[in-house]
Amino acid sequence: MFNELPELGEFPENWKRMHLLGLEDLTREELLILLDKAQVFRTAFDEGRRKFSFLSGHTSVTLFFENSTRTRTSFSLAAQRLGASCVAFTASTSSLSKGESVVDTAKNLEAMGCESMVVRHSTPGIPHLLAENVNCSIINAGDGAHEHPTQGLLDILTMRQRLGSLEGKTVGVVGDIAHSRVARSNAWGLKKLGAHVIVCGPSTLVSPVWKEMGVEFSHSLDAILPRVDVLNMLRIQFERQYTSPFPSTREYSLLFGMNSERLRRGKSDLLVIAPGPINRGVELTPEVADGPQSAILDQVSNGLAVRMAVLWLTDGARKRIQNA
Amino acid sequence: MYEKIGNVMQSILIKNGRVIDPSQGMDCVTNVLIENGRITGFGMRPTGKEREIDAEGKLVVPGFVDLHTHLREPGFEESETIFTGSDAALNGGYTSICCIPNTDPPIDTPADVEFIQDQAARADHCNVFVIGCISKKREGKELSEMGYLARTGVVGFSDDGSDIENADLLRRAFEYAQMFDLPIMCHTEDKNLTNRGVMHEGCVSARLGLRGIPSLAEDVMTARAIMLAEYTKGRLHLMHISTSRGVELIREAKKRGVNVTAEVTPHHLTLTDDLLVSFDTNLKMAPPLRPREDVEACIEGLLDGTLDCIATDHAPHSAEKKQREIDLAPFGIVGLETALSVLNMELILKGRLTWPQLIDKLACSPAKIIKLPSGKGTLAVGADADVAIIDPELKWTVTEKELRSRSKNSPWLGKELVGRAVCVLVNGRVRLLRR
Repeated sequence: MFNELPELGEFPENWKRMHLLGLEDLTREELLILLDKAQVFRTAFDEGRRKFSFLSGHTSVTLFFENSTRTRTSFSLAAQRLGASCVAFTASTSSLSKGESVVDTAKNLEAMGCESMVVRHSTPGIPHLLAENVNCSIINAGDGAHEHPTQGLLDILTMRQRLGSLEGKTVGVVGDIAHSRVARSNAWGLKKLGAHVIVCGPSTLVSPVWKEMGVEFSHSLDAILPRVDVLNMLRIQFERQYTSPFPSTREYSLLFGMNSERLRRGKSDLLVIAPGPINRGVELTPEVADGPQSAILDQVSNGLAVRMAVLWLTDGARKRIQNA
Repeated sequence: MYEKIGNVMQSILIKNGRVIDPSQGMDCVTNVLIENGRITGFGMRPTGKEREIDAEGKLVVPGFVDLHTHLREPGFEESETIFTGSDAALNGGYTSICCIPNTDPPIDTPADVEFIQDQAARADHCNVFVIGCISKKREGKELSEMGYLARTGVVGFSDDGSDIENADLLRRAFEYAQMFDLPIMCHTEDKNLTNRGVMHEGCVSARLGLRGIPSLAEDVMTARAIMLAEYTKGRLHLMHISTSRGVELIREAKKRGVNVTAEVTPHHLTLTDDLLVSFDTNLKMAPPLRPREDVEACIEGLLDGTLDCIATDHAPHSAEKKQREIDLAPFGIVGLETALSVLNMELILKGRLTWPQLIDKLACSPAKIIKLPSGKGTLAVGADADVAIIDPELKWTVTEKELRSRSKNSPWLGKELVGRAVCVLVNGRVRLLRR
């Protein structure tokens, strides 16, 4: 029942990370290894070769302190398709209400025996904290507004499939930049691949400090529209906002929503992606979301491939480190 | 470690140390004679009757005075007690500390003040002075009984931990406290602007996705406090100033003759916000660590006298509270035991400050701000013998074991530091002697 995947080749000598905590720390070379291996899994997936045995005997736990269905399902499927077993651990949003610290929770799970933990938490830095305190691989599935590396990777993989090299391309990331881990992971990854990144959104959610990080900022979607090759339309994170940063979703949609009229004013081959779940009618109108220039469902398939590559690479590195 | 001496006070002669006492412009190698708990003279030769302490190669200075110590007792004894906190003070060269009243219950009645005074006497480590609440129960609604508190000997009033939202109440506090000639000590922070932030708002917070606290949250309330003090002619002491704009506001206010003094913490003089990339909760404090420009402005302010003194804001938190998600961990770090060492390394050894300047900011100036009896913060003849002997070259590593505070929430944990108090005398008695 298990297929081999000769296209994967030897385990890459230059991949030494047993954790994946973010894209900011990765070198360009590491980023390319990830993307190339993900592409191998994606191609095999399209050819119907979907189940492998690389990680047989491996137990992966998805440790989510924040709600998610898509990312969690994607990680579980990725683990299972590599031959690993996967267990879901759902914790309440804060360890406080359970009376147990995050580190204690993770150590308990580790004591039951697991090789990787896929962690999502509302606080930045929690995966980093766990990586220092447990011996299994830690994969960041989103830490607050900090990073969401596999989402960044699948966005970039999708762009690469449609556009080829990203060198010199311009990518607009639109929406609630202040609270978005996806914006950050996109920015770090895209910059390393030579793309120009513009973060765009209401002035209450897009700060000029982004300029200091080598990223252009804009408060007008209409102004950047003619220049961009890709638009990544972020979801408004209503759950992370304590003071309302804009007066109404109606007004947000007026200023920053992607609709067919705006699509006509963009480049003819403008690619539109969105890290679901999308608020239809807010960030994207249905005709854009479901139209030919959208790659939203492609992103989902790529997500699975990216997560398989991440699990395979971090597992290999962990074995090497722990056998050394 | 401690030497309990009986009721008869032995005379002590501290020999051959570099005696630095900015309060009388003294900086020379000499002997200091202590009799009956007081400084009685300089340059005396040993007569054989005194206990002799050799201070050759060391600095002999007035014991430090901290205006900002959280002792946590009563209510949070898992984090610190009056016993452990005053012991930590000695370990850092402090002979007097002023405890902040944000305990549970808050210190807002004479009985609360006397409890602390009694516990401090039992601990018998260093002098502990009490700061009373500005408002009853620290609720920011009504003035505390400042008159009663003044009679039990409080040295000032503060609702530190948070600001007073109601500007009218703060105005009344400035007016009322004048009857007792006591300062209103303000923690300046607009909680709405802080908006659940955990670190300084800027490039680093944007990168890390951590909620930012804008400098503005501190500055608007610093400006408000200054204007209220100016209007009422009250006595204002600003706590833990951390921004360049705050330093400017105070500089201008002092020029206009406003009765304002200000403190800055050792960490705001030595650490910057970019360290937060480690997500270490021991770098989370209020106000937050700021960028280099603010640190430089604070050092400038310290040098030109805009910032009068250095106060630790020693804020112990137990490990189970601090070792949490950075969003939920409490604000604050311990500071009494590392202050001297980090200031030595970052300011003295880097040529920014001289020893007499630093001793003035740690001992003489704070004693003046709260108008401690003339025997504190000075080595003048007749003064209480509160003395610290410092080995400026002594290297030590900050470990949980080395720290006498009950809590170990220090950003310098594991670091090697240089310069440490090796002997501390309080009222003429040796309370710390490192061998």
